[in-house]
Amino acid sequence: MSLLRVENVSKHFGSLIAVDNVSMTVEPGELRAVIGPNGAGKTTFFNMISGFLNQTSGKIVFDGEDISSLWPARRVWRGIARTFQITEVFPELSVRENLRIAVEVASGYRLHLWQSRNIDGEVKARVVDLLEMGGLADKADRLVGELSHGDQRSTEIMMALALKPRLLLLDEPTAGMGDQETYEITQLIRKLHRDQKHSIVLIEHDMRVVFHLADRIMVLAEGKMLAEGTPKEIAANETVQAAYLGKAAA
Amino acid sequence: METLNRQTANIIVWLLLLAMPFWIKALGGYTELCTQVLVYALAAMALNFLLGFTGVLSFGHAAYFGLGAYGVAMTIKYLVASTPLALLVGIVVGTIAAAIIGWLIVNLRGVYFAMVTIAFGQVFYFITFRWNNVTGGDDGLTGWSRVPIDLGFTRIDILHNPTAFYYVVLAIFAVAVGIMAFLLRSPFGRTLLAIRENERRARFLGIPVERHIWLSFLISCLFVSLAGGLYALLNNFVDPRALRWDMSGNFVIIAVLGGMRSFWGPMIGAAIFVVLQDYVSSMTENWMSFLGLFFVLIVLFFPRGVLGILRRKSLS
Ligand SMILES: Nc1ncnc2c1ncn2[C@@H]1O[C@H](COP(=O)(O)OP(=O)(O)O)[C@@H](O)[C@H]1O
Ligand SMILES: [Mg+2]
Repeated sequence: MSLLRVENVSKHFGSLIAVDNVSMTVEPGELRAVIGPNGAGKTTFFNMISGFLNQTSGKIVFDGEDISSLWPARRVWRGIARTFQITEVFPELSVRENLRIAVEVASGYRLHLWQSRNIDGEVKARVVDLLEMGGLADKADRLVGELSHGDQRSTEIMMALALKPRLLLLDEPTAGMGDQETYEITQLIRKLHRDQKHSIVLIEHDMRVVFHLADRIMVLAEGKMLAEGTPKEIAANETVQAAYLGKAAA
Repeated sequence: METLNRQTANIIVWLLLLAMPFWIKALGGYTELCTQVLVYALAAMALNFLLGFTGVLSFGHAAYFGLGAYGVAMTIKYLVASTPLALLVGIVVGTIAAAIIGWLIVNLRGVYFAMVTIAFGQVFYFITFRWNNVTGGDDGLTGWSRVPIDLGFTRIDILHNPTAFYYVVLAIFAVAVGIMAFLLRSPFGRTLLAIRENERRARFLGIPVERHIWLSFLISCLFVSLAGGLYALLNNFVDPRALRWDMSGNFVIIAVLGGMRSFWGPMIGAAIFVVLQDYVSSMTENWMSFLGLFFVLIVLFFPRGVLGILRRKSLS
């Protein structure tokens, strides 16, 4: 069974049609990229999957269940985690605390008023794992708001991973990053996909990143799906080249 | 190192509070002033549970403060001559009201939340103001007083012995503040910090934000009604001003003045507030405008409050 099935979703903002009748299917373990020029509707598409926005029409099925009208936290509980195009973290808390909250909530402790020594130890150990995976171990006790843009993004991705998601939605994880940081994040995403078999949907505008990572690519332009296929097929697709690659190259 | 500092700070605070009735006299104060500091500190720390540690501004906490106060006064006057029972009734009344109103407003944010809390607060003000024959209306509820506490083996005469009353209030204060500190250090408490820091991130970690804000509001109002009950006991009197909007404003001022990001901040704010109120009001009727001015200056120049200034000093 497909992990995620988006069926003919549209989003209208007044007279603007931001997403126009788009469908997408993601298989377990797949890394799917969504690309398209600015304003194509990529983020809006994500917002509907994660429940940040309600779709104007269409349906979202996750693991066989229609989740179209569930509120966001419930979709998280079903296993959908996301990051945002503009980093969303807890700036005045340390990296460790940011991750700790994510781990605790994911473990179902959000209403707990007390923690046994054992549980406390387990939570802390898991936080250390995440710190190391994200390359954040040496900054663990710094406030996230004081870190570089790249480290803030890594923190956000690690928070999403702390939820042990069944589907990870990443909205332009390399936006605004230098080459080195872009490389590191790309390596991390590759690892999550190849080694840890995470199912990921990735929004990107940086073509280099996408063509190396993705199993399949969906191209959006002006709210419509322009093409879908393997990186090779997309690279060879003339409509895409005209509408997007051409523009990007120009 | 940091936990050591925090422990030292805690010990100093509790020693100061334990000895307050003695050193306040050296400074020209009196015991009731100490009790007043505790009551305002409890109210402001309870407000700060919501404001400083959940990031939600309520401008109507006097409603629950006042309900606690009237709950205590009316229980003693009309129902039963017992201080503990009266406090219990005050807390229950205030918390039930908070549960219902909180549930109605928990979807609002920022200024809208603050404005609606004021509106609900004023509703309770007008009820106590108008419902003359039960609440005493504008004149307040008189003809009752706090009742000595009977522990079986001994009797604490909180009515005639202000020092005994101070220490009873301090014990209640300690329990209340201890519970709040405990909650804030729990996983639940950390979800509140998460909401304060970034509601969107909190929601997309799977925290049902509205429910948690509702719970925080409830806890905050529970302790504010307790403070209100103690306030009524302190004065042996209650009138509608206990739940008017400017009382809500006082709590916000105290919390912000002391520093709403720190646990003890509002306590310092309360001390400054009570002392200023006592001294300035003996000179001028309009002392509120002095305090208002002071408050505006503090917020403008030191958004982290008095404790924030001291912290910065000690760091540099
Ligand atoms: N909340 C909103 N209200 C109104 N218009 C919006 C909103 N969100 C996005 N849009 C519009 O929808 C279109 C698609 O935006 P978006 O999904 O952010 O594009 P992308 O992520 O592909 O750059 C844009 O024209 C944008 O201005
Ligand atoms: Mg976008």
